Amino acid sequence: MPDLVLGQFAGVDMPDWVDALLRIMFIVALMTVNAFALIYLERKILARFQARVGPTRTGPIGTLQSIADALKLVTKEDVRPSTADRWAFELAPYIAFVPVFLIFVPMPFTETWFIRDLNLGLLYVFGVLGLNIVGVIMAGWGSDNKYALLGGVRAAAQAISYEIPMLLIVVSVVMVAAGRLATDGDVSAAVSINGIVADQTTTPYILLQPLGFVIFLIGALAELHRPPFDMPIAESEVVGGYFVEYSGMRWGMFFLAEYTALFLIVLLASSIFLGGWNWPFGADVGLGLQIVLTLVKTSVMIVLVISSRALFPRLRIDQLMSFSWKVLLPFAIVQVLANGIIMAYGGPDWVVGLVSFALLLALFGLVFALTRTRKGGDTTRTIQTTPARPRVITSPEVTAVEAGGGD
Amino acid sequence: MTTTQQTFEGEILTEPVVVEREFETVDMNINVGPQHPATHGVFRMVLTVDGEIVKDAIPYIGYMHRGGEKLSENLDYRGALGYQDRTDYLAAFNSEWVYCNAVERLAGIEIPERAEYVRLILSEFNRVLSHFMFMGAFGTDVGYFGTAFTWTFKERERIQDLFEAVCGDRIMYNYFRVGGLAWEPHESFVEDSNWVLDQVEVGIADVDNLMTDNEVFVARCRDVGVMSAEEAISYGVTGPMLRASGVPFDLRVDEPYSIYDRFYWEIPIGERGDVYDRYLVRLEEMRQSVSIIRQALDQMPTSGPIVAERLPARLRPEPGEIYMRQENPRGEYGIYMVSDGTDKPWRVKMRSPCFHNLSSLRPQVVNSYLADAVVALGSIDIVLCEVDR
Repeated sequence: MPDLVLGQFAGVDMPDWVDALLRIMFIVALMTVNAFALIYLERKILARFQARVGPTRTGPIGTLQSIADALKLVTKEDVRPSTADRWAFELAPYIAFVPVFLIFVPMPFTETWFIRDLNLGLLYVFGVLGLNIVGVIMAGWGSDNKYALLGGVRAAAQAISYEIPMLLIVVSVVMVAAGRLATDGDVSAAVSINGIVADQTTTPYILLQPLGFVIFLIGALAELHRPPFDMPIAESEVVGGYFVEYSGMRWGMFFLAEYTALFLIVLLASSIFLGGWNWPFGADVGLGLQIVLTLVKTSVMIVLVISSRALFPRLRIDQLMSFSWKVLLPFAIVQVLANGIIMAYGGPDWVVGLVSFALLLALFGLVFALTRTRKGGDTTRTIQTTPARPRVITSPEVTAVEAGGGD
Repeated sequence: MTTTQQTFEGEILTEPVVVEREFETVDMNINVGPQHPATHGVFRMVLTVDGEIVKDAIPYIGYMHRGGEKLSENLDYRGALGYQDRTDYLAAFNSEWVYCNAVERLAGIEIPERAEYVRLILSEFNRVLSHFMFMGAFGTDVGYFGTAFTWTFKERERIQDLFEAVCGDRIMYNYFRVGGLAWEPHESFVEDSNWVLDQVEVGIADVDNLMTDNEVFVARCRDVGVMSAEEAISYGVTGPMLRASGVPFDLRVDEPYSIYDRFYWEIPIGERGDVYDRYLVRLEEMRQSVSIIRQALDQMPTSGPIVAERLPARLRPEPGEIYMRQENPRGEYGIYMVSDGTDKPWRVKMRSPCFHNLSSLRPQVVNSYLADAVVALGSIDIVLCEVDR
């Protein structure tokens, strides 16, 4: 499969380093524009949820608000607390930012548009994504602030617990892809993101792995510190968490990383579950429509993720951990096992999908049962009312005392 | 075994060195407030945390102390009315009402019926307003990113618009007077009130739909900050917090004042005394308040005086004392007043419900999670102006 050759547009042969430079510039530009767009989108969507109108003043219907914010951040003073660990504090934003930047490499926007079609793209994405948390911990530790430390530790705990079910789900997706590609194609493409997308011309994997999609989405919310899993940055508890001491562009780097990660993880989810640039009915749509399809699928999921912020409060840290380790992880393992068993006996695709769907129903049933049998049973409403008993007014007696002597 | 160990400072330690093999953690003190998003004003507490577990909590109050009691003693009976707005600024009508009632009973003034109705309607509206404020702030504590806050503020705004139409102010009303009201409410008061009630009922349902059955919300609030009935009584807790612990104590019923004996409504009572019950009690109280206001609007005489007649230019009550207590949105708000026969009260003491409710914070949060401490504090619904006075 050919890579995106930028030179082909200009009709010139360019040296490799020019090509590489152009690609990097393309990523940076895309990242910035994407962050601006997402911040604007988030503010507008949240405003709609919250009976507000959102930004309206800067530019037509407020579209330039993000740019104004970015200008403000750039011109702001970069404050470093005097007791902070200098190197940890100053490096942390970049260490949080660069891994996210690197995830761009294997992401397919169309059949032929990506930076590099990595053979082990999925593995690469998760390997690099895990580095992100190092920056967060450095920020939490280096700030010399107790809230930041708590936020950093929470973020680390959360990342560890939620990346494992997510990875297991990716393993199960790769198994499905390998099974399908073994019959008609190249098995080695099963770990490549573009290979997985190319296999979904007729069947998006959400039909084959519905449980996987749900677990991946939950894990993505946790990975992105989105409600109901936003404890690391909880305003009312740890006052913003690990970036509480940051200001100016260093803070902006965290923000940029956050929104880029939002876009990329959602793009990954829409690639491996919703078929990425494919039209689900197998028609070979052209390049233009492919990019539209990618963006539409991604946007729908972004709106889903953003709306979770408006509608969910925050879980407690122990609830988050126990949900991951006691519920999601076993289900992810069972999903991998089920896929393995079915494929070992050569079961058809629809059996895989059916079993996964049954597991999804089991997950919902279990969560429902767990919440109903919470300590004290299901009684979300235990309020009883007693009728007010009208009585005769008894006015307090005014009693005479010897007052006024002491003043 | 005794070993000698050289420390970095060069000291020689001859103590036996016991190497702890167990993983040791150190407790950490966190200073929450007075500027913290979750402390609802200038409240400060020092939490000792072991990781995420709160081991101790020491509250500090007094940042907002303005000497409201002493200020009230240095003004004549009517002049101190403005300070009553500023104690509990979220329920200013209720606070004014307590003060007016105290002075009126001390001086033996009978106020006209129409004024009673207007006072009651406005105060019940204020209760709804205050509980809306609670819902919004509490939602933010639990982790809603502003949705609960904006939804409830939308409804609060309607009630404030009504108050503005009645008395020209949105927060510090200063509308009640000793002996009645400052002036007639505007002409369309009854229609406006009915319209606002219709809107508010929808708003209450919205909040109910947003929060009550949300699984995450329930998970965060159930069995958090539990307080038994005995404990609540021993701390002097009143208001919705006490009722959430299962004690059916409501001054509007148990020690009826004004014209509360003319209406029928119900007192919500919780079973477990946790944060969720406090939320539910307040939610139900809003509905009951709406019901009370509707009944009062129906019964209210359409015309009549609003100020008692033949009031003296300067009030000089007979020497005596009175303790007037009423059910404010946050609990029992009392004014203890001693008159020495002059035109100024000799002593004014405000019994603030939040002060007593807040004192029950420590047992609620010790050995809970840090996040629960925030929620438990939010469920008390503190107004720091009233705590510190």
